[in-house]
Amino acid sequence: MRQTLRVGLFGAGCVFALGCQRETRRFRESPPAATSETAVTMSELQPGPKARDLPVLNPYERNAYGVSEGERLFSAYNCTGCHSHGGGGIGPALMDDQWIYGSDPENIFATIVEGRPNGMPAFRGKIPNNQVWQLVAYVRSLSGLLPKDIAPARDDHMVAGPEPQRTEPLLPKHAFTPPAAEHP
Amino acid sequence: MRDWLQSALQPAGPEAARVHALWVFMLWISIIVFVLVLGALAWGTFRRRAPGNVTIGEGSPGERGMKRAVSAAVGATVLVLFAFLVFDFSTGRALTARRTPAVQIEVTGHQWWWEVNYYNAVPNRRVTTANEIHIPVGRPVLIRLNSQDVIHSFWAPDLNGKRDLIPGKESSLWIQADSPGVYHGQCAEFCGYQHAKMAFIVVADRPDDFARWYAAQADTASTPTDSLALRGQEVFLSSPCVMCHSIHGTPAGATLGPDLTHLASRRYIAAGSLPNTRGNLAGWVLDAQGIKPGAKMPPNSLTPADLQALLAYLGTLK
Amino acid sequence: MSAPVTADPDLVPPAEREGVRELHRQLDRVWRDGPGLRGWLMSVDHKSLGKRYVITAFVFFLLGGLEAAMMRAQLSRPENGLIGPDLYNQLFTMHGTTMMFLFAVPVMSAMGLYLVPLMIGSRDVAFPRLNAYGYYVYLIGGLFLYVSFFLNVGPDAGWFAYTPLSGPAFGVGKRVDVWAQTITFTEIAGLISAVELITTIFKQRAPGMSLNRMPLFVWSILVMAFMILFAMPWVAVDSQFLAMDRLIGTHFFNQAEGGDALLWQHIFWFFGHPEVYIIFIPALGYVSTVIATFTRREIFGYPAMILSLVATGFLGFGLWVHHMFATNIPQMGESFFTAASAMIAIPTGVQFFCWIATIWGGRPRFATPFLFILGFFAVFIIGGLSGVMIASVPFDLQVHDTFFIVAHLHYVLLGGAVFPLFSAFYYWFPKFTGRVLSERLGRWNFALFFIGVNLTFFPMHLLGLHGMPRRIYTYLEGTGWGSLNLLASIGAVTIFVSVVIFLVNVARTLRNGELAGDDPWGSSSTLEWATTSPPPAYNFAHLPVVQGRYPLWSRPLDPPVVTGLRTDQRELLITTLLDAVPDHRHRTPDPTIWPLLAALATGVTFIALIFTPWAAVIGGVLVAGPLIAWGWGKPKPGDPVVTEGIK
Repeated sequence: MRQTLRVGLFGAGCVFALGCQRETRRFRESPPAATSETAVTMSELQPGPKARDLPVLNPYERNAYGVSEGERLFSAYNCTGCHSHGGGGIGPALMDDQWIYGSDPENIFATIVEGRPNGMPAFRGKIPNNQVWQLVAYVRSLSGLLPKDIAPARDDHMVAGPEPQRTEPLLPKHAFTPPAAEHP
Repeated sequence: MRDWLQSALQPAGPEAARVHALWVFMLWISIIVFVLVLGALAWGTFRRRAPGNVTIGEGSPGERGMKRAVSAAVGATVLVLFAFLVFDFSTGRALTARRTPAVQIEVTGHQWWWEVNYYNAVPNRRVTTANEIHIPVGRPVLIRLNSQDVIHSFWAPDLNGKRDLIPGKESSLWIQADSPGVYHGQCAEFCGYQHAKMAFIVVADRPDDFARWYAAQADTASTPTDSLALRGQEVFLSSPCVMCHSIHGTPAGATLGPDLTHLASRRYIAAGSLPNTRGNLAGWVLDAQGIKPGAKMPPNSLTPADLQALLAYLGTLK
Repeated sequence: MSAPVTADPDLVPPAEREGVRELHRQLDRVWRDGPGLRGWLMSVDHKSLGKRYVITAFVFFLLGGLEAAMMRAQLSRPENGLIGPDLYNQLFTMHGTTMMFLFAVPVMSAMGLYLVPLMIGSRDVAFPRLNAYGYYVYLIGGLFLYVSFFLNVGPDAGWFAYTPLSGPAFGVGKRVDVWAQTITFTEIAGLISAVELITTIFKQRAPGMSLNRMPLFVWSILVMAFMILFAMPWVAVDSQFLAMDRLIGTHFFNQAEGGDALLWQHIFWFFGHPEVYIIFIPALGYVSTVIATFTRREIFGYPAMILSLVATGFLGFGLWVHHMFATNIPQMGESFFTAASAMIAIPTGVQFFCWIATIWGGRPRFATPFLFILGFFAVFIIGGLSGVMIASVPFDLQVHDTFFIVAHLHYVLLGGAVFPLFSAFYYWFPKFTGRVLSERLGRWNFALFFIGVNLTFFPMHLLGLHGMPRRIYTYLEGTGWGSLNLLASIGAVTIFVSVVIFLVNVARTLRNGELAGDDPWGSSSTLEWATTSPPPAYNFAHLPVVQGRYPLWSRPLDPPVVTGLRTDQRELLITTLLDAVPDHRHRTPDPTIWPLLAALATGVTFIALIFTPWAAVIGGVLVAGPLIAWGWGKPKPGDPVVTEGIK
C-alpha cells in the first residue's frame, strides 16, 4: 500500500512538473540586457580537443504562453511582411527544413538580434530579449520542431498553412549551401 | 450631484435617463409585489388556527375561496407583466429611434485598451487617439464598435447601456451627454488578464472646446525645441517603443499599441488605470507588468538620464 | 391467499413472524452488495450509488464555495494584492464550472436516483449498471478537472468559455481543452441519469400510481429529465466544436474562414438557459413535498402545479437570447425573448400562489426543513423579480455582465435551489442514514445561511447599478465600490460559518444522533417513508399498491401489496405508462465490475483526446472491451415471462 502511494506520488510529481512548465504564464521577465545573451561560435575549427557543445536552452521551448506570444509577435512586429505566415516571399520560408543560418535556438536568436546579410534587419534594442526568445520558439514550431502539446493551434485569421500542432516535424537539413554563397 | 464614478443611477444623457425611468417603474412594482406575496405567506404561515392535528385534503372548507384567490393572483401577475412589457417596449423603441449623428466615432477594442478613430471626410482631419473620447455636449453621437481580437463590451453607464465589440461583426451605440463633464466607462465582457483595467472616459465638451480639442488632435506632433525633450525623442525612436507606438510627425508609425501623438493631453494612461502624471508615466514605461500583469507592454530598462529625457519629450505631446 | 401484508416482523402474529423474517433474509441475500471494497465498487444499488453521488456533489459544492471565498477575499478591498489576474480568472472559472456542472445538476439527479424508486414503490432504477457507469464517469470527470486545476492546467476562460477568448488563438495551452472535456464527462453522466429517471418513472411505478397520482416530486424529476435530454447534448456539441477548433484546425468559430464567433453563444445558451431550470425544477419538487409534510395538507391545485412544471420546462427553451442582448442581434428579435422571459414568471407565480394557499389551509410545523422552505420563498422571490427586470432589453443593457446579474443569479440559484436542497437534506437525512439531524444546529444553520446570503448578494445589486462589471480581479479606489464589497465579503464569511455548522451537524449526528424510525416526521405522505430508515437493499419486502395521491395518507389499515415476485433473483415489476397496471416481471442485473472499468476506459479516452485525435480510435477500442463484457451472457435459465397480478 505504501509502495503504491510512493509510486503514485512520484508519477504525480513528474506529471506535475510537466504540466506546470507548459502552463505557467510568466508576465514579468527581467528587462533586456544590453548585450546578447548567447554566443554562437562561428567556426568549427578549435585548437586541441573539441570543447563540449552546451546547448542553449530557450526558456520558452516548453511553455505554451511563450510560444503563443511568439505567434502574436510574429504578426505584430511584421515578420509576416517578408516571411508571410511561414511560407516566405521576400524572405525565406520558415516552415520548411532549410535553415540557412542554423535551426538551433541560439542561431535563430542571433538571426533576429544581429540581422543577416541580404535583408534581415537587426532587432537588437528594438525587441526585448525575452520576446526574441518567444519568437525563436514560435519559428521553430512552424516546422513542427516543438512538442505537439506546446505548439500553437490555428490563428483566428484566414488560414495560411497547416497549424504547427498538426505539422509533422521537418528535421533541419544541416549541410546546406545558401544560394547567395554560390555566387561570388 | 454625481456621487459615483460611473453609475446607471445618475443618468447624464437622454438614453440613460429613459432606462433610469424604466428602472424606477420596475423597482416600485417589484417592491409592491414582494410585500404582497411575502405578506400573504406570512399571514398564511402565522395565522391563528383552531387546534387539531388532522391531515386536511381537498374539499375542505375555504377551498373555493382559495381557488378564487389564486386565480386572481395569477390574473394580476399577467396584468402586471403586460404593463411591464408595454413600458419596456416603448422605452426600447425610443432608444433605437433614427437620428443624425453630430459625430461618428469608430472604437476598436484591443486587449486591453480602446482605439478611438474620428471619421472625417477629409483624410488628414481624421483623429486617432486612445482610451479617451471627446463628444460635443447635447448632440447625439454614433459610436461604431469593432474588435481586433476577442469580445469586449463598451459601457459608460451614465450615458447608455452597453454594446459588445465582436470580432468580425460591427455594432453601434448612440450616446449623448446633456451637460459637460467626464463620464467614466469600462469594458464589460471578460476579455482576458486585464479585463479589470480596461477603462475609458467620455469627455463632453462645449462646442467651441470640442472644436479646439479636435483641431489640436488632428495636428501632428511638433519637433521639440528644448534639448532634453529632443534627446527624449531620440530615446523614443531608438528604443523598443517604436515597435508598437506611433507619433505622427516622426518616423514612428506602428499601430500595435495606443497612438501617442497627443499623449500629454489625456487625463489617464494605461486605459484608465492611472492618472496621467509624470511619475505614473515613468512607472508605466519602466514596468507596465507591475501595474497590469499580463498586458502586452513589456518592461523597459532605461538609464535614469534617458528616462528623464523621454518623460520630458512625452510631456510635450499635447 | 392473503400474504403477510406487513413487512415488520413485530407487527404480525407470532406464528407468521418467522415467515416474514425469512422473506427479509432471502431478499437481503439477493439484493445486497458484496462484501468489502470490491463489493462496494461493483454495486449497482441505486441507494448506494445515489448516496455516493450526493456526497460527491456536496464535496464539489464545498470546493466551489472555497473558490468563492477566495474571490471574496480578493475583492473585499480595492487594489487588493492577494490574488493576481491569472489565478483569479481560474478561480471564477472553476467556481462556475464546479457549481453548475459538478454540483447543481448532479445533486438533483442524485437525489432523484435515490428517491424516485422508493417513492414509486420499486426496487431499483431501470438500468442499474448504466447508473453505476454514469456515476463513475461523473466522478472521473470531476477529479480530472480538479487535478488539472492543481497542475496549473485548470480552465481560465470563464464557465461559459466564450470564443474567441477560449478559441485556439487566445486560449493558450491546454486549459480550455480540459474544460471542454470536463463538459463531456458531466454531460454523459447527466444524460444517463435522465434516461434512467424517465424509464423508471414511466415503467416501474407501483400498481395504482397512475400518472395523476404521482407525487409532485416525481413529476418534477420527470420534467427535469426531459429537459436534460433536450438541452444537454447542445453543450456537449458546442464543447466538441471548440475542442475540434483547438485540436484539429476546424473553423466553427473563426469568422475569417466562414465560421461565427457568436455561434458559440447561441449553442451554449440554448443549453445554458434550460440548465438553470433543470436545477430549479427538482427544487420545486422538494418544496412541494416538504410543504405537504409540514403543513399536513395536500398541495393545493395538483393539476395546476403539474401544468406549471411542464410549462416552465417548455418555456425554458425559448429564452436563451436574453443572455445575448448586448450583442448585435436586431432589436425585433430580442423583443421576442423579452416577452418569453417575462412569460415564464407566470407558471412560477402559479406555483407560489398554490403553495401559499396550501400553507394557509394547513397546520405549519416549524421544523428545520420548513424553515428552509420559508427562506426559499423570501430569497427566490427577490431573484425572480430581478429576473423580470433584466428581461427588459434596455435595462439589461445597463446591468448585463455586472454584479447585478451576479446578485440575480445567486438569489435564484441559492434561493431557488440551495435553500430547498438544504431543506431536502434535513428532511431526507433520516431516511438516508437512519438518524435525525439536530434541530438546534439546524436552526443556527438556517439563520446564518439566510443572513449570509442576503448580506453577500443584496449589495451586489447596487454594485452592478453603480458600474461594477463582472469577472474583474480588482477595482480602483476611486470607484467607491469598496464598502459594499467589504459587506459582501463579510456575508461570505457568514455563509461559510453556516455551512461549517451544517457539516458539524452531520458529523455529530452520524456518530451518535437520534435514531429514526420509518417516518420520524410523523406526517409524511410518500412511499419512501413506508419502509425502514435507511431502507433495506430491496427497498420494500412487498411492493405497495397505491390508493391515492398521498399514499401514506390514503393507506387503509390492511393495504394490498404486490406478491409473486421471485425472492431468489433480482426482479422488478414493470407497469404500464398511464395507469400503472402490472405488465410483466423484469430480471434486473446483479452487481458487476464492468461499469467501473468501462468508465475508466472512457476517462482515459476523453483525457487523451485533449492531446491527440487518435485517442478517439484507440479509445473506442479500449471502451469496447468492458462494454462487450458488460453485455455478455444469456439470461439465467428458468426466467419465465409471465404477468403476475396483485394479491
